[in-house]
Amino acid sequence: MMDTSNTPSVAVRGVSLNFGAVEVLKSLDLEVGRGEFLVLLGPSGCGKSTLLNCIAGLLDVSAGQIFINDRNVTWDEPKDRGIGMVFQSYALYPQMTVEGNLSFGLKNARLPKDEIERRIARAAEILQIEPLLKRKPSALSGGQRQRVAIGRALVRDVDVFLFDEPLSNLDAKLRSELRVEIKRLHQKLENTMIYVTHDQIEAMTLADRIAVMRGGIIQQLDTPQAIYSRPVNRFVAGFIGSPGMNFIEGECVADGASAVFEANGVKVPLDRYEFAGGARTGKAVFGVRPEHVILGDGAGAMPFQSDLTIEIVEPMGSDSLVWGKFGGQNLSFRIDAERAVAKGDVVRIGFDPGRASIFDAGTGERI
Amino acid sequence: MADVTIPVSAPPVHADEALVGPSGPRPRKVISRRNIILYGTLFVVAVYYLLPLYVMIVTSLKGMPEIRLGNIFSPPVEITFQPWVKAWAEACTGLNCEGLSRGFWNSVRITVPSVVLSIAIASVNGYALANWRFKGADVFFTILIFGAFIPYQVMLYPIVIMLREIGLYGGLYGLIIVHCIFGMPILTLLFRNYFTSLPEELFKAARVDGAGFWGIYFKIMLPMSLPIFVVAVILQVTGIWNDFLFGVVYTRPDYYPMTVQLNNIVNSVQGVKEYNVNMAATLLTGLVPLIVYFISGKLFVRGIAAGAVKG
Repeated sequence: MMDTSNTPSVAVRGVSLNFGAVEVLKSLDLEVGRGEFLVLLGPSGCGKSTLLNCIAGLLDVSAGQIFINDRNVTWDEPKDRGIGMVFQSYALYPQMTVEGNLSFGLKNARLPKDEIERRIARAAEILQIEPLLKRKPSALSGGQRQRVAIGRALVRDVDVFLFDEPLSNLDAKLRSELRVEIKRLHQKLENTMIYVTHDQIEAMTLADRIAVMRGGIIQQLDTPQAIYSRPVNRFVAGFIGSPGMNFIEGECVADGASAVFEANGVKVPLDRYEFAGGARTGKAVFGVRPEHVILGDGAGAMPFQSDLTIEIVEPMGSDSLVWGKFGGQNLSFRIDAERAVAKGDVVRIGFDPGRASIFDAGTGERI
Repeated sequence: MADVTIPVSAPPVHADEALVGPSGPRPRKVISRRNIILYGTLFVVAVYYLLPLYVMIVTSLKGMPEIRLGNIFSPPVEITFQPWVKAWAEACTGLNCEGLSRGFWNSVRITVPSVVLSIAIASVNGYALANWRFKGADVFFTILIFGAFIPYQVMLYPIVIMLREIGLYGGLYGLIIVHCIFGMPILTLLFRNYFTSLPEELFKAARVDGAGFWGIYFKIMLPMSLPIFVVAVILQVTGIWNDFLFGVVYTRPDYYPMTVQLNNIVNSVQGVKEYNVNMAATLLTGLVPLIVYFISGKLFVRGIAAGAVKG
């Protein structure tokens, strides 16, 4: 017996894909562990869905290899790869009942009748769609349809599930409900899941690891927490987090052991900041998340403090987003919605430069 | 929020004031200038198109003495179905005097296989072009589209030679093949556009579910394509049924379709012109496309819209 516990469930090795002259994927490497929930996150057109389609075998790669369960499936048909797939538009066969939808793949695989029935019963029970089995997809709500679509992947009894923006067509409330359900499903089934989304909340809540993509290249592959707190470049930093990170342009001045960030006369000491490669002098962008800026009493405890005039208050219910000028540039931060502040107020803010991120102004890389 | 005062709610509206103002659906006048123009135009256009039909029906029900009076709009004094009987079973074309009936059955024997065969091939073509991007698909498609714009007359004689060489010239099978070939560009385009408008993810899902080329075609695509098949059937039935040129060029007189025979009856120079028989014969020939339109008009419009708008 070969020891399979350490081998990746899905491995993408040097995969490129060109549509004519357009390079959609550029020599991409990715390994997904057994039972891992990996989210491919990125703006539209970044190649995340394309990568998923390549893994599924729905698109032929231009170069590279794809392994699933240690088997080279680069040239295999989708049905032979041991994957189940869930699509954004559900893609249920409209002329078949729910039962027909679930059994279609199994009938194509010529499974015995009792086995088909057993698997449908199990999937229907897990997803709680038993009362819907005799209905047509047109008689189902959006949430029910997506459940059936997940069921269609479930009955295939495979190790790898591929989700292509499965919740994007649902309204906000259903989306958060099904999100939890998918997480529950993953904990129950313990199989590998690769999930494509452009919604960072979905990515943060579901993923064991997130791969942030742009322009056919994986920018950062790490746990949600690491991506949130230590983004490797300005793109990742701006893409993750809502409301988005504040970027203050200025200069990083390194002087022996200590370093300072300067923007229009405001100096932020960087003693607590962990430099990725060592401090150096040059144009830089200082990034601080709105939720890390503290207002009022708490600010006193922060290593860095400053005064700021409030320009705009955006109440959002649970909290308010406040905008002001810092170093001559826009800075937003979150405060408790109960706190009464108004335009024109001068307030004391503070934050910990150790939790900030500093990027090279030219390359956008973290320094 | 200190220096900005925002009104808490809109000023209250008096209850009686709300009742006086406009409420509910806006009243519409039945006789307005707009309606008169609209329905007036529709009426005139309808009369314009229906009048010839009326004249044909009325004339076909009159005897020859009544026609000679020259009142083409007056209804028949004495209704007779003799012209219809004659047109169907007795009218002479050349040597044989079997009326249109033989042409009718010839047309059926030409139309049914041509329609079935051309649609079967074109739908698979369209499906392959829309969903399976095979090598050279674009070139194939371009050639096909180009084919739709070549005038028939250019290819008339070459095809005569080709049919003669393979021994099918003059028979029904040759004509059926010709109809299939000439229907192919427009039908393939029609089906390709329809299948492209179906969500691509359905096709992908079916592939993940292990269905092959034919499995997806028969189990997923066909059941969703009734409207476009109806459109194709109507296009082909009317097109092939009304065809005159191919019928007269590629078949022997024994196999002349109904349209060719109609022409021979109407244009025969011997004896008196029997207008009533000609009218009846024309109506009989046009009956099949008319019936097809009436039965499937709604589906036709829906299918045309589905196939044409997206693609």
